[in-house]
Amino acid sequence: MSVIEETIQPGVNIHPIDKLLRADRLPHILCPGCGIGTVIHGYAHAIAASGLDEDQHVCVSGIGCSGRAAGYVNVDSYHSTHGRALPFALGIAVHKPELNVTVISGDGDLTAIGGNHLIHAARRNVNLNVICINNFNYGMTGGQVGPTTPIGAKGTTAPQGAVEQPFNLPYLAKATGAIFVARWTILHVREFQDAVLRSMQKKGFCFIEVLAPCPTSFGRANKIGDGAHEVEIYRERCRVENGATNLEELDIDLIDESKSITVGNFVDVEREPFLA
Amino acid sequence: MDLSLAQVPQGRVHVIAERCKQCNFCIDYCPTDVLMYSDDINAKGYHYPIVAAGKETACIHCRFCDLICPELAIYTTEVTTETSGGD
Repeated sequence: MSVIEETIQPGVNIHPIDKLLRADRLPHILCPGCGIGTVIHGYAHAIAASGLDEDQHVCVSGIGCSGRAAGYVNVDSYHSTHGRALPFALGIAVHKPELNVTVISGDGDLTAIGGNHLIHAARRNVNLNVICINNFNYGMTGGQVGPTTPIGAKGTTAPQGAVEQPFNLPYLAKATGAIFVARWTILHVREFQDAVLRSMQKKGFCFIEVLAPCPTSFGRANKIGDGAHEVEIYRERCRVENGATNLEELDIDLIDESKSITVGNFVDVEREPFLA
Repeated sequence: MDLSLAQVPQGRVHVIAERCKQCNFCIDYCPTDVLMYSDDINAKGYHYPIVAAGKETACIHCRFCDLICPELAIYTTEVTTETSGGD
């Protein structure tokens, strides 16, 4: 953690982790109460804890609010086209197997338009760390219903509530062949950082779903309130179950208060990585 | 176990006021309720966290406010035993 210790200068307006971020671009554009900043912060801490040089890390993102992540981390980063973060990262991972490639993108980018790339990257076991920030809707374009919106949750394209069965992302990732699967929320900061660090140490396709509040689009449409209120829902209803085997039952129902949200590191296995 | 021998670390809170967007996470989840909103506002018009009156030595350097802050606007440093007596 020498990187952090070097930069501490009390009284000066810099954060200890600023060296791993493009601090001149802060404060970022994300809304007050949005969880994406916490994910970027956690990723930066995982880079510091990985012990690898910053040059050994690459960050790739797609389009959407979460796609902004690549613009704020001070490692080699690429802001790719919509849904194509994974094929872009696959190219880097195959050409330069020594690099630690992390994809930070949203649920809409990775599982809707990029859904095909997600299942095939997992099937091939490409050496990638995927951080999927799930805010349950298309936040940047105004709160449309996406493939992760829980049944009954409202959005601008479903004013009476969504009727489609949403993706259960840990189950999808496990079924398609990911060797590390986890789900955390932005409230579980240390567990999330440990999961990112674990995925950096593993060779193969690692998938981490992070639940993040979207107060501007999802929270307002569903009367959840601001980001702090959605994080309070996570605090009240999240149940940690590391190594859970019943992934098919891990659907998220944010509307029904009696249902818990299961989080944890679910899968940690070894499999031959793609072209490595 | 003799709990009186256990040393609780003491921390000092540093706030980068201009980055704060008043999301409330640090104030909500501080285990020792060290923080409160300032009366002042920053350049963007948000009230930022300050150390509440009487809580100057209450921070235990758990770093949760630092880690959960989406804006990287707050961090804590550990106060070493030699200097904590003088505060």
